[in-house]
Amino acid sequence: MEPILQIQHVSIDFTQYESRKGTSRRCLQVIRDLSLTLYPGQVMAVVGASGSGKSLLAHGILHILPYNSHMRGEILYNGEPLTKERAKRLRGREIVLIPQGVTYLDPLMKVGAQIRKGRRDEASRRMSREALGRYGLSPDTEDLYPFELSGGMARRVLIAAATVEKPRFVIADEPTPGLDTVSAGRILAHLREIADAGAGVLLITHDLELALRIADRVAVFYAGETIEDAAASDFADPSLLRHPFTKALWHAMPGHGFRTIAGAQPYPGTAERGCPFVSSCVDCVDKCREAEEIAPRYVRGGWVRCLRVQQDTTEAGTENGDLGEGMEE
Amino acid sequence: MRHRLRFFLRKLLRMILLLLGVSAITFALMCASPLDPLQTNVGQVALGSMSQEQVEKLEAYWGVNTPPAERYMGWLSGVARGDFGMSLLYRQPVLTIIGQRLGNSVWVLGFAWLFSGALGLLLGVLAGVYRGRLPDRCIRWYCLLISSTPAFWLALLLLLVFSVWLGWLPIGLSVPVGMETSAVSFLDRVRHAVLPALTLSITGVANIAMHTREKMIDVLESDAILFAKARGESGISIILRHGLRNVALPAITLQFASISEIIGGSVLAEQVFSYPGLGQAAVTAGLGSDLPLLLGITVITAAIVFMGNLAADLLYGVVDPRIRRGRAKS
Ligand SMILES: Nc1ncnc2c1ncn2[C@@H]1O[C@H](COP(=O)(O)OP(=O)(O)O)[C@@H](O)[C@H]1O
Ligand SMILES: [Mg+2]
Repeated sequence: MEPILQIQHVSIDFTQYESRKGTSRRCLQVIRDLSLTLYPGQVMAVVGASGSGKSLLAHGILHILPYNSHMRGEILYNGEPLTKERAKRLRGREIVLIPQGVTYLDPLMKVGAQIRKGRRDEASRRMSREALGRYGLSPDTEDLYPFELSGGMARRVLIAAATVEKPRFVIADEPTPGLDTVSAGRILAHLREIADAGAGVLLITHDLELALRIADRVAVFYAGETIEDAAASDFADPSLLRHPFTKALWHAMPGHGFRTIAGAQPYPGTAERGCPFVSSCVDCVDKCREAEEIAPRYVRGGWVRCLRVQQDTTEAGTENGDLGEGMEE
Repeated sequence: MRHRLRFFLRKLLRMILLLLGVSAITFALMCASPLDPLQTNVGQVALGSMSQEQVEKLEAYWGVNTPPAERYMGWLSGVARGDFGMSLLYRQPVLTIIGQRLGNSVWVLGFAWLFSGALGLLLGVLAGVYRGRLPDRCIRWYCLLISSTPAFWLALLLLLVFSVWLGWLPIGLSVPVGMETSAVSFLDRVRHAVLPALTLSITGVANIAMHTREKMIDVLESDAILFAKARGESGISIILRHGLRNVALPAITLQFASISEIIGGSVLAEQVFSYPGLGQAAVTAGLGSDLPLLLGITVITAAIVFMGNLAADLLYGVVDPRIRRGRAKS
């Protein structure tokens, strides 16, 4: 099957002006050499701590990054480059974003008008009522302002707004924080349904446990890099996992001992060389500190950036080899 | 209903306190003024040739020897009965003069208010949308230039260009010199009001444009705009449907708050153009020690400014759904 989305060696950086001097510019790399592949019908979770650049990845795919940022690398959608013009054409129709919270709605516009993007014809009205109905919201919801929605309702309105026109690729950026378990479960089930209907879903979250409930694959973000790309089933047993950080994440899950991870995640772009996890790693050696670049290695059907893990020479490039296509230098 | 009544009573009380304060301060400043009413209005030479009796009569007329507290209380008790007293310079009821002058000024002020509001909003939105690019740089440059230009200097410049060099517009006054009132056409009035109104508009634009620009930038950087973009709304639709809507509320506040600046500016502008409006009357009253007229003008303009702010409050409640619906519910 052809992948719906391929992200190849994408980096995003910011130009910041030092406030004191005004003239000196600083370049801050938030996402570094990121590669992902997503297939139709699949939910891929991107798991990372807050501030690790997950939202920027979503905005980068849609070409809606802030004006002081710059993206390099290549993104292919249905096998063709997703240029700014193409993204402009597709977003809101084939490629949609489910944002994080009610602040993403215009506070002064009624829900209905926002969902319909200002259109007033009968067909648009019907589609908007259908979209609301799919997520258990009554047609009266159209007449409410965002401040009149409860947390759970707002989240469902956002999903409805994103999926009015049948999307083929959905990016859900932290769709559940602040919701109770039942509402969060319902939102996740909706995302799974969207994938089962044939769309690709990129689920962005900081909550691994939640991601594992619906994901097929999990990409783990650390300091702006994907340090591991694993099948969700690998999380059944920590010995199937590849990177020391992913293992630490597994042990930090409520059901697995709740062990905290020592040390703080470095601010994206601060690590000049070596592995960003060295300061917290139980298994690191000198070369982890000194390596210019740690290329992803293909191991047991997944990808990992760790010098301590042996690459399977036999399996690379076969079967699932195109998952991280273009990752080898 | 009781809620409304309480709201209005509270506002009314606040207005009365404000007007009392404003009149007291004006009065105190006038008392502290070094100008001697007799010397400025009658003249040193004329005074010297008068008999003691005549001088005493004049002193009584200008209230020179009455204790300030007594004068103020006298004025207050008159106002409480709706009597603002007689203007000492014009020998007419203060309210009659204010009515006349306000009638002249209202066109100038109203035009400047609406024009600077509309143009300021337009420029502010444009600057916000084109942030950092050429249109924004031009608009910011213009605003900076205007904010650092004194209004009277700008008035003189306009007078020089349009009246003296080009000769398109009259040099001053509100009607042609030496023409019968009945013969003055509407066009004549407009021609005389153009320059003062233009001066006030040009200076008023800068403030509104810069504030609107800041607000527009905030709005355009908001999550709501990001989502609108992610949903494929076009740039124009984003600016018109979301940008303007969110900029409109602060714009209302700014627009009504700018009334005070326009009135303040009119004092200088009318002076330069010898335009017989309220602002010019204020200057005449101040320099001529015409206490009743000056107090009357300050109190009336303060009341107008207060009403402007009240109108902004009320409009906010109608326009902002969070207030409108929130109130309906409670
Ligand atoms: N406009 C910006 N200018 C500079 N830095 C930014 C900007 N937007 C985001 N960042 C930085 O980029 C990092 C990643 O942000 P984000 O993608 O929102 O993280 P996440 O979604 O993973 O919580 C953060 O550390 C944030 O401070
Ligand atoms: Mg985020």
